[in-house]
Amino acid sequence: MADLSINLAGIKSPNPFWVASGPPANTAYQCHRAFEAGWGGVVWKTIGDPIVNVSSRYSALNLGTTRMVGFNNIELISDRSVETNFREIAEVKKRWPKHAVIASLMVDTRERWHEFVKRSADVGADGVELNFGCPHGMCERGMGSAVGQRPEVTEKIVSWVMEAATIPVIVKLTPNITDVVYAARAAKKGGGNAISLINTINSITQVNLDNLVPEPYVAGLSTHGGYCGPAVKPIALNMVQSCAADAEVGLPISGIGGISNWRDAAEFIALGSTSVQVCTAIMHYGFRIVEDMIEGLNDYLDSKGFKSVMEFVGKAVPTLQKWETLDLHYQRIAKINYDKCIGCNLCYIACEDGAHQAIALVNPNGHGLGPGRVPGKPIPEIKDQECVGCNLCSLVCPVDDCITMVSLSNGEGKMSWSDYQTKLSRGEMKPIPPHP
Amino acid sequence: MPISPKLAPQVVQANMAEIAPRYSAQEAIIEANRCLFCFDAPCIQACPTGIDIPSFIKKIANGNLTAAARTILTANVLGASCARVCPTEVLCEGACVVLDREGEAVKIGRLQRYATDHVYEHSIQVLKPGPKKSGKKVAIIGGGPAGLGCAAELAQLGHHAVVFEKKPYAGGLNTYGIAYYKMTPRASLQEVEMIERLGVEFRCGVEVGMEISGSELEKEFDAIFVGVGLGGGARLKIPGENLPEVVEALDFIEQIHAHPLHQVSVGQRVAVIGGGNTAIDAVTQAKRLGAEKAVLIYRRGQEEMSAYEFEQELAKNDGAEFIFNAMPLEIIADKRGHVAGLKLARTVSSNGKVEVLPGSEFVEPVEMVIKSIGEQKQIELLKKVFPALELDKKGVVVYNRQTGQTNLAKVFTGGDCANGGREVVNAVAEGKKAARGIHSSLAGQKIAGPVQPSRYGVNGEPMGSGFDRPIRVPELEADYQREKAAKSM
Repeated sequence: MADLSINLAGIKSPNPFWVASGPPANTAYQCHRAFEAGWGGVVWKTIGDPIVNVSSRYSALNLGTTRMVGFNNIELISDRSVETNFREIAEVKKRWPKHAVIASLMVDTRERWHEFVKRSADVGADGVELNFGCPHGMCERGMGSAVGQRPEVTEKIVSWVMEAATIPVIVKLTPNITDVVYAARAAKKGGGNAISLINTINSITQVNLDNLVPEPYVAGLSTHGGYCGPAVKPIALNMVQSCAADAEVGLPISGIGGISNWRDAAEFIALGSTSVQVCTAIMHYGFRIVEDMIEGLNDYLDSKGFKSVMEFVGKAVPTLQKWETLDLHYQRIAKINYDKCIGCNLCYIACEDGAHQAIALVNPNGHGLGPGRVPGKPIPEIKDQECVGCNLCSLVCPVDDCITMVSLSNGEGKMSWSDYQTKLSRGEMKPIPPHP
Repeated sequence: MPISPKLAPQVVQANMAEIAPRYSAQEAIIEANRCLFCFDAPCIQACPTGIDIPSFIKKIANGNLTAAARTILTANVLGASCARVCPTEVLCEGACVVLDREGEAVKIGRLQRYATDHVYEHSIQVLKPGPKKSGKKVAIIGGGPAGLGCAAELAQLGHHAVVFEKKPYAGGLNTYGIAYYKMTPRASLQEVEMIERLGVEFRCGVEVGMEISGSELEKEFDAIFVGVGLGGGARLKIPGENLPEVVEALDFIEQIHAHPLHQVSVGQRVAVIGGGNTAIDAVTQAKRLGAEKAVLIYRRGQEEMSAYEFEQELAKNDGAEFIFNAMPLEIIADKRGHVAGLKLARTVSSNGKVEVLPGSEFVEPVEMVIKSIGEQKQIELLKKVFPALELDKKGVVVYNRQTGQTNLAKVFTGGDCANGGREVVNAVAEGKKAARGIHSSLAGQKIAGPVQPSRYGVNGEPMGSGFDRPIRVPELEADYQREKAAKSM
């Protein structure tokens, strides 16, 4: 059994799985259910001056028959009173002393920040998360992403908070910014103890083609919503890794963005997240999904010989480097396993129209393909000399392990773009001729 | 004992309800999303009409049913009935690559039905008559699938097609001869109406050779298409064959289509003689109409039955019984002259020969006998209408497979009377080919395709489709198994 407990900037929880600030973390009732299901922490739905919500609020991107590949919302921060929220945090903390309960906050003036941070500590919250990320509604009032998009404002407000903070402060960053690292550095400069990212991304999920109003629909209009769910995972991973790798940031990270299962979680942790936060997957399936996350992460860590999650944090961060460091001599090519090929020839057309024209259609002589074995129906064959190893055919192939990418050893040592430039400038080699 | 209807209307309606009903919108989307959208899909090559199957399925998945139906009907004007009656297991679905990946092919037939039902239900005419009228007139003898396939294509090419059909309604076996639980006559008639809206003229209740002669047609029309199908059922040539409860399978099925279901008579015990798909249709429907016992009698072994395996399964699941290696000797009557039993003898079949075992006679007590031992060729009719038309020794019309042309320059043919009896989809395809042959002879223009323009094979040649070069899955399967066996040795 690997040790799943974590310590993020002093916030301890029995496992790295936290319910993210959002609809699932709105009430004490939900938090009890979450902890009963096995979640290690909850970041409370953002508390601030009371707001009024609209109806409807959510929309989704479906793909084929898969629902909610992407998801967006135009819901604002908590619509419950400040008193109710703090009272319920106290209740939850009393019942679950070993679990992490973090108060997410969003207010405007220095005084209000001081007041809210103090009240959070007073009710026993393990930490606060500053919501500098919401991209809808609140930003029009100078809060949320309006703060996170301006590093100097981020730094300023974090420093206000730190004046009053007695518990760890996590700064939640918006992805709606050119380079999130600048915002992360600002959080550090302001004195923040950790960062969490990503908040949701500005989005329109769909337009109703009958009434020409995007979703979610509110009385003939809609507004930009915050995008999340599985589709944003790659964007989130990129930003998490960028912050984890940046020497100036140097803060622990709580990773957020499309995490739905233990594999997603493991990837976020490997790229530098100490805890991971989940919202959309809970909105889809309920708190019960954590069971597989805990079991899956534990079994994975055991199988790889890691004694604890903390030991695993950031393990993949160094393998992501600048393009100029990649080996120009490395070569892989596609290989087709004809025992598995079903004859759809999607690899052929993908390569022909969409990539490098490195697959030929040839006579099927000798290859008895499955039901697609139409006499004379050509089968795909990799032109080894033309294949640039781009992966496309193996990505479109609908059969697992049918097209694999095989590394070639060409006997040449590593040469990166930087090495190449150096060698050229020293006259040690001639320029590589352009691709015909 | 005379036979009578057996079941109350609601019961028989439920028994005869479609076994593959229309998908719901959600079912269709889920199924459509299983299609991989193959580049050069083998299903297209396994379809004798060459429907661009992945394209129409993609259109269903993307919510454009009218476009999906347009893709289907452009290739196969009887796409709605073929969706219901095609043996998809040995055609498109048998070639589907998903079968190899998941063990279950994409349900192409049911998706095709879903898309075509949409345009019929909403009266959307996706096919249009040719923009320019050629002024040429073509007579179509027989309003079955081949004739309809020919007439519809001619109308789209701008010619005036006139269909002569001796029955009150066109559609041929689609209207009169398909098992009720597979397709109702309504589904066939809506196709006929759609073809009528293309400008095809129907003269139903007119028998060529009686009301109008072949030479009159030759005078009045620029070309003639012969799509007369097959004739009446073959005779058993045994005593008792003329008893009142001895019927032809196709007549029995026609009864089911021509009357309310609860008025169709069936014996308490029914014997169906034959081993083909029509015999299965008959025995299954006899059971569903309320026969206590329905037994299929075949003179050879099960392995020699021409009925598809999935059809045999259907009959078995309906409780039909099978007696193999049994030869009918006599249909026995009771005192009042009604069928009382079927005298049979055991047989052995070897090397294609069937021999009766002496002393093995037995009587199967039945009140009704349905004969399904194959249909006769239309030799008499063809000789009468076109005395100079060349027939082969089996009695089918000799024709050019690509153009449908016979030895008579103005006379074209296709469908069962030319191919000896195949599927509906083959008849439609042949009718369409003949229409193109006619167009080429009348207008001097050749029409190619359907070739999938983006799909090229070895040496960059177009792959074509099943319309040009049809494949059949059972033969492929056999080849593949042989190849595999040879490899493993």
